[in-house]
Amino acid sequence: MPQLDVSTYLPQLFWLAVSFIVLYVLMSTIALPRIAAAIEARRRRREEDLDRAAQLRRDAEALVAAYESARAAAREQAQATLRATGERLAAAAAERQRQLTAVLAERTGAAERDIAAAKARALAEIRTVAADVAADLAARLTGAPPDPQTVTSAVDRVAAERAL
Amino acid sequence: MAIELHPLEQFTIERVLPVRLHGLDVSYTNAALAMTAIVALIAALTIFGTRRAALVPGRVQSLAELSYEFVADMLQSTVGPQGLPFFPFIFSLFMFILFANLLGLIPYSFTVTGQIIVTFALAIVVFIGVTIVGFVKHGLHFLRFFVPEGVPALLLVILVPIEVLSYCIRPFTLSIRLFANMLAGHTMLGIFAGFAALIGALAIFPVAIDVMLLALELLVAVLQAYVFAILSCLYLNDAIHMH
Repeated sequence: MPQLDVSTYLPQLFWLAVSFIVLYVLMSTIALPRIAAAIEARRRRREEDLDRAAQLRRDAEALVAAYESARAAAREQAQATLRATGERLAAAAAERQRQLTAVLAERTGAAERDIAAAKARALAEIRTVAADVAADLAARLTGAPPDPQTVTSAVDRVAAERAL
Repeated sequence: MAIELHPLEQFTIERVLPVRLHGLDVSYTNAALAMTAIVALIAALTIFGTRRAALVPGRVQSLAELSYEFVADMLQSTVGPQGLPFFPFIFSLFMFILFANLLGLIPYSFTVTGQIIVTFALAIVVFIGVTIVGFVKHGLHFLRFFVPEGVPALLLVILVPIEVLSYCIRPFTLSIRLFANMLAGHTMLGIFAGFAALIGALAIFPVAIDVMLLALELLVAVLQAYVFAILSCLYLNDAIHMH
């Protein structure tokens, strides 16, 4: 068995020691720190990403809350404005109605006064006409024109009797 | 290319470049060449592969990080945080044995871990290192490691020698396990390969068996590297935590 040839042991041990020491030095000073750094960098990056995601999420939630409160405030304000406007409009309408009623009442009063004046005028004219007709009738019946004073008083008496 | 007829011929050491140091033979052999290739490949994977450490790793960087985390997890789960200073050693040990086993599976290559002197040297380094760690950490109290607790004094007379023996036998079991696995697997491969060389056209059958054996040996190569590394971790754990 070639493995038991003792003369080969020294060269094998020598080169084993050399190559293993070289390997150990290379690993401990270059390779392993470098791999560890790469793994650590990746781990740190992942944690940072997770932290940033959590931060963004918190921001988004705060934003949603702010939006909701702003919306609620705006809605309340809109309702208040709506209510105030409604009241103002109602008040204005009531005022206009009142004014209109007053104007209408005034006009109605004026019209009634005009009608009353016209009626009085008409009544007065009717008496004149009645006196003329009565005087004319009396002149035709008697042949002589009656005294205008008598005719007027007779017409007045009849009108008063009939409540004209 | 010479055809190996003898299945053990593959383990023969050949001096590629004769070197003498202070009259001692430290020739650069085919074993040394394989070790150089192992170190170069591991360096290529872990240093060249990570020279531009990307956030999203490529294939080689992934492999390097995978090996790193595999060994780190192994050390963490067996020894805990106190094992951290020994991580570069355990990593180098695991990668060296893994690459030695895997490179040995390439036909006409040399299997470093098929040499008992190599596996024994690695095991004795672990053994001596672990013992030194035990004494540095616990002083002479480390000797209590050999004295089981809650055992009658009479039984200790028997148990302490057994504990000492089972402790001292560790480098042998550790090295022979790896060596014997490599030896057996490669000898089997060599037997069928030599058989194939003899029987001409019928060689397809032993070659097919070799292909299947190679798949098994791939598993053994990884498994034995893992076993060697995790046993080293367990010994280290004994020295640091003393049961």
